[in-house]
Amino acid sequence: MKKLTTTPNIVDPDGLYAELLALHDGREEDESHAINARLVLILANHIGDRDVLRQAYALAAPELAPNNA
Amino acid sequence: MKKIFEVPLYPYVKSEDQNAATPARHPVIVVGAGPIGLAAAIDLAQQGVPVVVLDENDRVSWGSRAVCYAKRPLEILDRLGCGDPFVDKGVVWNTGKVFFDERQVYRFDLLAEDGHKRPAFINLQQYYFEEYLVNRVRELQAEGKQIELRGQNKVVSVDPGSGGVSLLVETPDGPYQLRADWLITCDGAASPIRNMMGLDFVGRVFEDNFLITDVIMDADFPTERWFWFDPPFNRGQSALLHKQPDSVWRIDLQLGWNIDKEEEKKTENVIPRLKAMLGDDVKFEIEWVSIYTFQCCRMEKFRHGRVLFAGDAAHQVSPFGARGANSGLQDTDNLCWKLKLVIDGKAPDSLLDSYDVERVHGADENILNSSRATDFITPKSEISRVFRDAVLDLSEKVEFARPLVNSGRLSVPCVYDGSPLNGADDTAMPSRTRPGAPAVDAPIEGGWLIDKLGGRFQLLAIDAQAPGELDVGGVPIETLTFDTRKTPSNAVRERYLGEAPSAIYLMRPDQHVAARWLTFDRDAVVSALQAAIGRA
Ligand SMILES: Cc1cc2nc3c(=O)[nH]c(=O)nc-3n(C[C@H](O)[C@H](O)[C@H](O)COP(=O)(O)OP(=O)(O)OC[C@H]3O[C@@H](n4cnc5c(N)ncnc54)[C@H](O)[C@@H]3O)c2cc1C
Repeated sequence: MKKLTTTPNIVDPDGLYAELLALHDGREEDESHAINARLVLILANHIGDRDVLRQAYALAAPELAPNNA
Repeated sequence: MKKIFEVPLYPYVKSEDQNAATPARHPVIVVGAGPIGLAAAIDLAQQGVPVVVLDENDRVSWGSRAVCYAKRPLEILDRLGCGDPFVDKGVVWNTGKVFFDERQVYRFDLLAEDGHKRPAFINLQQYYFEEYLVNRVRELQAEGKQIELRGQNKVVSVDPGSGGVSLLVETPDGPYQLRADWLITCDGAASPIRNMMGLDFVGRVFEDNFLITDVIMDADFPTERWFWFDPPFNRGQSALLHKQPDSVWRIDLQLGWNIDKEEEKKTENVIPRLKAMLGDDVKFEIEWVSIYTFQCCRMEKFRHGRVLFAGDAAHQVSPFGARGANSGLQDTDNLCWKLKLVIDGKAPDSLLDSYDVERVHGADENILNSSRATDFITPKSEISRVFRDAVLDLSEKVEFARPLVNSGRLSVPCVYDGSPLNGADDTAMPSRTRPGAPAVDAPIEGGWLIDKLGGRFQLLAIDAQAPGELDVGGVPIETLTFDTRKTPSNAVRERYLGEAPSAIYLMRPDQHVAARWLTFDRDAVVSALQAAIGRA
């Protein structure tokens, strides 16, 4: 099974963080939710591997999958 | 002219049983003459089991109900000796389109493959479906088969004993009692018998309402399934358009949860909705208007001793995958040959537990698919709506999102993976015909493979040798031999041999694969047959 990358994998972390937040600048909350949902879908498709994604879900919502994190 | 649903098809006639001093006893009583009860009765009568069908009504189904029937149920109807009228009358279709707002975002084609006798899907009003089954009952009666249809016979109480089932039946001439060795309960989603027996029906109700109408109109929409999310004529909701025979069109309009059903059902409120959808100048006449809330539920067990539940009484799904009647027919297809063997004393009573195992598996598959579709169409929370809309938004721009659009995943036949009846497998052969799977049709010399199958255990010897006939403790097995050099196409080879040079398939009476091997071995076949009838 492929492992989810949990070590730093991004060059310029501050830049990434700023870009991500910039997506939401001046948006209404529902617009932001819509952007986030589209983003999750796009990234999930890019990753493709369901095992990797399940490890990501478990990390994001640990109480749902205590054994998987 | 009167419509078929206005005519009593099996009017009440007083039966001898109503004068009997002690309650008459029948081998099998079926409660409910809907599509599933009728199919069960026909299946049993064809096998020579006397059967009585009781229905509180005396005519076909009322209102907008099933429309789409899949290939597998059509094959089952062929085995029941009546597939032709359904397919001759039905509208054959292959293409589905999904629209978001005003744009097409997704399209599917059902028929990816040729070499099948029956089409992937037909559309046909449920009232025709039932009428053709009643016609088949009449045909069997004319042939002298013992099959009786009693209209206006309402079951009002049931006493399921271990030695037999007692019923109290109400008629226009008052009540009478009946006894049955076996009771097949096909009394629909509200199943009075399920309630009388105190059995539960667990699942989910989807908080939504759908205005379902059948309209008669001459329109030039193509013969395709059209589904809209958020169309201009029904903002924020969904819609469906589908063609049926006789220029009847099925229209579903999603209305949402907090509505006044009585108001919405009024013709003066329905017509503007339909005009907004169809255009002002299209002339139409309304055949039916109903408002439905859908649910996905099933009984925990379909077998309760001598009482066997089938069809909507056992499980109910929302209609977006057309899995209701389609799966009910697979229930009786699964049940009737087993019941016949048990009645004849050739298989242990426990064989009927496999009905429960196999069809609960089927029901779970249908509930899973129908629930997922309904969750997409009727998002259950704000966040599920956000994701649903995200999928629809993206589906306009990028290909990856289109398969996520779920307007219903249409009924496909159930494979009984993991069933206790399954025997040996050989992985050189194709997965689609593995043990538990229904036969896959293919052209053969002079016709279709599917027409040769069913009604008994059979061996298919494909590029292989096997004895012409076998008998395993009173259960006969017939052999059909195929030489793939002589079949009209490669289909038999592709669908049954795969990488294997030869194959022996043991087929069940319901056309499902029981076991398969590369070559014939008597002991192996005997033990697979024993397993397939619950003797092992
Ligand atoms: C809007 C809509 C669309 C649908 N579309 C599809 C589709 O496209 N494809 C599909 O496969 N399915 C579809 N379905 C589902 C399909 O209609 C049902 O699955 C099917 O009718 C179930 O058949 P049944 O014989 O189990 O029950 P029913 O058709 O409900 O029949 C039950 C029978 O039992 C009788 N009965 C009840 N109580 C008693 C009693 N106490 N005594 C005697 N008789 C009794 C009733 O009179 C009735 O005749 C749809 C359903 C709806 C509502």
